[in-house]
Amino acid sequence: MLPDLSRDEILRYSRHLLIPEVGLEGQRKLKNSSVLIIGTGGLGSPVSLYLAAAGIGRIGLVDYDVVDSSNLQRQVIHGTSTVGKLKVESAKSKLLDLNPGIQIDIYNEPYTSENALRIAKDYDIILDGTDNFPTRYLTNDVAVFLGKPNVYASIYRFDGQVSVFYAKEGPCYRCLFPEPPPPGLVPSCAEGGVLGVLPGTIGTLQATEALKVLLGIGEPLIGKLLLYNALDMSFDFVKLKKNPNCRVCGPNADIKELIDYEEFCGVPSHDHEEGSAGAGKDISVQELSERMKTNHLKLLDVREPHELQISALPNAVNIPLGQLAARLSELDSADEMVIFCKSGSRSARGLELLASAGFKKVKNLKGGINAWAREVDQSLPLY
Amino acid sequence: MPVLRIPTPLRAYTSGKSEVSVNGSNVGEALTDLMTQFPPIKPHLFNEGGELRPFVNLFLGENNIKDLQGVSTPIKDGDKLMLIPSIAGGRHCEPDRAKQSPILWRRLLRRSLSFAPRNDGIK
Repeated sequence: MLPDLSRDEILRYSRHLLIPEVGLEGQRKLKNSSVLIIGTGGLGSPVSLYLAAAGIGRIGLVDYDVVDSSNLQRQVIHGTSTVGKLKVESAKSKLLDLNPGIQIDIYNEPYTSENALRIAKDYDIILDGTDNFPTRYLTNDVAVFLGKPNVYASIYRFDGQVSVFYAKEGPCYRCLFPEPPPPGLVPSCAEGGVLGVLPGTIGTLQATEALKVLLGIGEPLIGKLLLYNALDMSFDFVKLKKNPNCRVCGPNADIKELIDYEEFCGVPSHDHEEGSAGAGKDISVQELSERMKTNHLKLLDVREPHELQISALPNAVNIPLGQLAARLSELDSADEMVIFCKSGSRSARGLELLASAGFKKVKNLKGGINAWAREVDQSLPLY
Repeated sequence: MPVLRIPTPLRAYTSGKSEVSVNGSNVGEALTDLMTQFPPIKPHLFNEGGELRPFVNLFLGENNIKDLQGVSTPIKDGDKLMLIPSIAGGRHCEPDRAKQSPILWRRLLRRSLSFAPRNDGIK
């Protein structure tokens, strides 16, 4: 039995009621629907705004992060006034301002194997608005195990992808991507970044698919993947088929319960401490600052060249991490060296690489040049 | 000549080109030609054993070559091939497990260097 619409709701949703494909019954369906949005960031912003405006009765938001000013270039649900606040709180107040007649459930916690099934089980569909591989595989597997549609979107720089993974009627995410790229081939943070408007374009397509699935209208992107490129302004569609060897939705599936997704993907899904190479291999920014006054230390910057335009340390040699293995001959293993990057993670990998090549006198700058900018030289910008 | 569409993450290895014209009568030959033109792209598509990496999805028109004849799928002039990347998002995505679990990290590092092929029917 679908809920009735109040007089106010009929006025609010009148532009929907005028479309025969939605109409009064469709709007009542939306009021009776629930969606879970994983991530309240770039994709989660337009998705939650439009689904709240559309009158979805109950929206769940999962995010453990706080609003940072570097989010505001694309995460338009938040604002300067909510910097430092919990993202789910910031989003909830915006959504209820937009539409006070709906229910917003917030989950201020990382979405993990421990809580995901409990959180997701009471929602009709799940929207994947995450920004990392472990949570994408988790979101997929949860949707498969609970038999719910996973409305998927993903963005990178100028590229976007949208699909509806629904194992009951078509392929799942793992049918297309059985496993993630190994860590060494995942674009590093230096190669990351996203055009601010891209999640707006892709997130509104994702919200469109969610509405179609909930209303049962049109042809949702089940078994199809939309590929968008902003530079070319191209939209391409490809067909996706169920993979008979899929480990979660295939006939011989061997993954029957949630796994350790960070280990599976080899990358963290949630922020950890600033980059460190481990005990005895690090040097703090304070220690480096002291030693630079007396000693000659070679500084090796393994960031990408365009990052040097943001901040740099004088006299540092720049060899991007991806080129380090091929350019070892430019370095002298007899030198005392400090290797650094933005936050200390890439340089920790660089240190491992150097150590395996016989460089024994290398230390990793813990926290990277951002720690230097915070604690030693505040004239340098943070990024 | 068939054209191969390069996704943004791999354009760093094709001198920024979004499309590359490739020679060949089948998908495998076209990929070989791509790697001849742009050798640095090879490790991103193939493992050390010369097999297409399992996370690489290549489409001929709107069909995955896995659903056709794999790398033996014939191609002709004017065909459009598309590489479809696995993308996760725009956030900092550096592996940072060394401190928490050096053993895990070394294992992951090894895995990234010698990625095990999966039996997906493509050689």
